Amino acid sequence: MVILDDFCASHHVEISFIQSLEDNGLIETISINQALYVTSTDLPKLEQITRLHQDLNINPEGIDAITHLLKHIEEMKQEIAHLRNRLSFFENEEH
Amino acid sequence: MEYIDYYKVLGLDKNATQDDIKKAYRKLARKHHPDLNPNDKEAHKKFQQINEANEVLSDPEKRKKYDQYGKDWQHAEQFEQARQSRQGAQHFGGEGFSGQFDEGNFSDFFASMFGDTGGFRQRQTKFRGEDYQAELHLNLTDVYKTHQQVLKVNDKNIRITIPAGVENGQKIKITGFGGPGINGGPNGDLYITFHIVNNTAFRRHGNDLYKSIDLNLYAAVLGGEVTIETLDGKIKLNVKPETQNETKVRLKGKGFPVYKKDGEFGDLIVTFKLKAPVNLTEEQKELFKQLTKLSS
Repeated sequence: MVILDDFCASHHVEISFIQSLEDNGLIETISINQALYVTSTDLPKLEQITRLHQDLNINPEGIDAITHLLKHIEEMKQEIAHLRNRLSFFENEEH
Repeated sequence: MEYIDYYKVLGLDKNATQDDIKKAYRKLARKHHPDLNPNDKEAHKKFQQINEANEVLSDPEKRKKYDQYGKDWQHAEQFEQARQSRQGAQHFGGEGFSGQFDEGNFSDFFASMFGDTGGFRQRQTKFRGEDYQAELHLNLTDVYKTHQQVLKVNDKNIRITIPAGVENGQKIKITGFGGPGINGGPNGDLYITFHIVNNTAFRRHGNDLYKSIDLNLYAAVLGGEVTIETLDGKIKLNVKPETQNETKVRLKGKGFPVYKKDGEFGDLIVTFKLKAPVNLTEEQKELFKQLTKLSS
């Protein structure tokens, strides 16, 4: 796990930004002995969100929409691959 | 090393205001940002160019130097040294700049004009390294069993295990085997897309295999036994009497291995294609006539 204070210092973001991400359901933080942590599994996601926020000035609501769309694109890619295989199955039947 | 027209990179002319630069940068960055274009090498490269252009043009001092020397950038250092010796010690890009940035992010042109780090400002964004994409072409028989293969990716040999049952078009991720991270960011991942060529007489649908076999009329009518080739060897199959054309028989567990489920297999579906006898003798024809009479 990573302490959020350390993350904020190294990435130049305010803790309030992290809290707004949690309020929007984008990440989950864990509180232990009054210190906030993020899990190592969630860290890449938090870093990605931070980059989108810093580089493109996108607010948490926008980031939420983007992550949903990226997930949707990935699902559609998988569906296309599956449908291509099915198409090839039926095309082979004709020959 | 080539001259880079930073104005062109941002789609601006030389009279662009700071506001124009900011808007153009934001617009292009949104389009080419690596996080919005995962696995897109071109977008990644374009984003670095946009960043570099913005780094120079949004900084009045850097922009001034860039505008002043333009295509004569190769002589910029000499000009600069001559100017400094005339005017005393004035550092280029000194005040207000701090931090470090991996020089690997900048073009040789940038490094040559502004130094290795270019007096880069405070931005310290960590980036995951580039994701590498690789394609692996295999035959269907290759993925019938789990096996290991050594791949060469960017001069590095990587031994990967290819699980039986991989699908055509399936992509697997090998974490951390992509490009190195930027500013201490994590390495990218290696994505391998499998292209499976069907080199068998079977058609594959998921874990099930399909095959049509010819069945002679006599076996179809009276029943019998046929030998069928599977990917696992030959098997004998009983044919029921009075089997109709296009009858399908499902052979449980004789299909393709289920991905990442050891010992589990799909089914083999056999379709019987009835073949009428040809080149009949007179005697055979007579017997068929008798059969026709009996049936009518």
